[in-house]
Amino acid sequence: MDLAYTEEHKAFREEIRSWLADNVPSEPLKTFDTEEGFQQHREWEAKMYEGRWGMITWPEAMGGRGADLIQWLIFEEEYYGARAPLRVNQNGIFLLGPTLMEYGTEEQRQRFLTGMATGKDVWCQAWSEPNAGSDMAAIRAKAELTSDGKHYVLNGQKTWSTRAVWADWCFGMFRTDPESKRHHGLTFVLAPMDLEGITVRPIPQLDGLPGFAEIFFDNVKVPVDCRLGGEGEGWKVAMATAGFERGLMLRSPARFQETARRLVELYKENQQSADRDPSVRDAVLRAYLDAEAYTLTTYQTACRLIKGGKIGAEASTNKIFWSELDQQMHATAMSILGARAELWPHAPDAQGVGTWLDGFLFSQSGPIYAGTNEIQRNIIAERMLGMPRK
Amino acid sequence: MDFTFTEDQLLFQESVSDFLKNEVTPEKIRELWETDTGRSDELWAQLVELGLAGMTVPEEFGGLGMNELDFVLLAQEAGHAALPEPLVHIALVAVPTLTALNNEALSNEWLPKIAEGSAKVVVGLEQNVFVEDAHIADLLLLQNGDEIHALGKDQVELIYNESVDPSRKLYKVNWTPSADTCVASGAEGKAIIDAALNRGALAVAAQALGLAQRMIEISVQYTSERQQFGVAIGTFQAVKHHMANIAYKLEYAKTPVARAAYALVNNLSTVDLNVSHAKFAACEVSDLAAKNCVQVHGAMGYTWEVDLQIFMKKAWAFNNTWGDAAFHKNRVADFVLADNALLGAGNTFLS
Repeated sequence: MDLAYTEEHKAFREEIRSWLADNVPSEPLKTFDTEEGFQQHREWEAKMYEGRWGMITWPEAMGGRGADLIQWLIFEEEYYGARAPLRVNQNGIFLLGPTLMEYGTEEQRQRFLTGMATGKDVWCQAWSEPNAGSDMAAIRAKAELTSDGKHYVLNGQKTWSTRAVWADWCFGMFRTDPESKRHHGLTFVLAPMDLEGITVRPIPQLDGLPGFAEIFFDNVKVPVDCRLGGEGEGWKVAMATAGFERGLMLRSPARFQETARRLVELYKENQQSADRDPSVRDAVLRAYLDAEAYTLTTYQTACRLIKGGKIGAEASTNKIFWSELDQQMHATAMSILGARAELWPHAPDAQGVGTWLDGFLFSQSGPIYAGTNEIQRNIIAERMLGMPRK
Repeated sequence: MDFTFTEDQLLFQESVSDFLKNEVTPEKIRELWETDTGRSDELWAQLVELGLAGMTVPEEFGGLGMNELDFVLLAQEAGHAALPEPLVHIALVAVPTLTALNNEALSNEWLPKIAEGSAKVVVGLEQNVFVEDAHIADLLLLQNGDEIHALGKDQVELIYNESVDPSRKLYKVNWTPSADTCVASGAEGKAIIDAALNRGALAVAAQALGLAQRMIEISVQYTSERQQFGVAIGTFQAVKHHMANIAYKLEYAKTPVARAAYALVNNLSTVDLNVSHAKFAACEVSDLAAKNCVQVHGAMGYTWEVDLQIFMKKAWAFNNTWGDAAFHKNRVADFVLADNALLGAGNTFLS
């Protein structure tokens, strides 16, 4: 065990730190749940790509740096520390990108990865359906192969598709074998959002903005080379993507460490009133410790993966831990803010509320998206602990 | 950056785990409850044979010269077995404290005997009120303010205090400090006492991880067999989630414990913070394990007969020893709430 950074890692940290200092916009971008904000974030991705900072773990040939997972964690630490913009294309670069590298053909990698990396193609997910939420194997949307074998015809409805309103491409699972049941007979398909027959209906989220949407597919023709993995192998491919989502890539510890740091600051600024409820101090300390624990465990997982280990059911332990930590931290901040906690920052007397309300609202979604925490608990009980399914 | 244990450390853990599974069964533990001392010379001899008693004794005194990181996984296994012998205390607390005294006469007299298994040494700190296993100790290192005193077993009076855990043997020790018995004082004494407290907290934290793991195993087995409504109760989501809640939290207590051991070995400036994090997180998860596991056992969990009690009671005892939650949280607060505290992303691995 050696818990010190190498000289190479330290130099890497300095390099990204100085690039961020020179390039992070001084004014925060508008939220990417607005059209203007979405475009601003797309431009930011292009700038990141120019600096070869877009997706550092990708190979150099694809615009990345071939960085190891420790460098990735360092990058994220500096990124959140610099309060750089959120990643509008996280579905692409963090989830689909690694899946493409594992299951895509050489031609597909060439075709999709660069556009993804530059922000030209922003991706959204098309997984959940009105009757297939936690029960993803209940998917009914269909993909039928045309008689000439050149296209799939997509029909059905997808929902809760984050950033689908302005996204350029979607990836999702469709049933190619109409006789199949559950997780058999599903196929992973990539589709441009501007195809004829696709209708997007925005769904306003708790903040009133169209952060997600429904996608209707009505006889949408997609070339067969937009299939990722083999026909009927969709579940296997999707599980890899879900692993990336719940595991290392999506929610790096730095995000929560920065929230914990800001929570400590908020507590210290308001200590006198906050201490009227002694449980607040306890919750603040716990936030710090849990964010540290999440960091330590993620570093350990990264070290294991570097040594050739595989990510398993611990992806589920991660997902529960960070989502409940995020909820708890924001709830604590609301307690500290007291009567002003419910105010939006633009309210005339909202001084000092910062962005906590936004974060509080968003934190409510954490235990739900990427597989509800109930599903994660089932996975832990059945696959980690070996408890009986039936 | 390498946050993994070495192959050797993992192999050693496996072999100790195998040994304890075979030799320290719940039946064996219950047998020892019925004996006068609650301890077994035979079992101790086996532990000595494996090199465990002298593992942290420096090589020049006949030990293996290993450190806290080498031992921390073994402490976890000792917790998993609810090992009654004071192995973890001796290897992680008493031997390093004795060594840190750097007292030639004491080292020469006691360290070789500890390594060969013919003597036991224990540490008693004021924080704990009681001294564990004082009844089988040949040498006691006792705190008096900033001083440490070394006393032979004939120089102390022991008053037994019964713990909820029949395996724990706690003694109030009556003794008189004197210039003859004082072996460290002032800043040096305080530093050694502080380190001993950190080592004791780490020792308990590592064992608590093993206790939580064992309680999960016992309860998974029980709920997979016990049937109600025509099915194993382990198929019910409410029962599964009780278990999953322990299991996921355990993953986030293991790494703080490993980091605390690393901090002790490497004398990191954050050692107090790191140890308190480990103790707090590990005891919290073993406490949760006790609560959820007794629940899924139903009335059986409340009986003397079911082995869960062996592990559950130790977890309850561990909560408030070697620093209770208040003590450790306050040490975390000392760091987190200080002016200019290095918090936030990028500050986890301070040297």
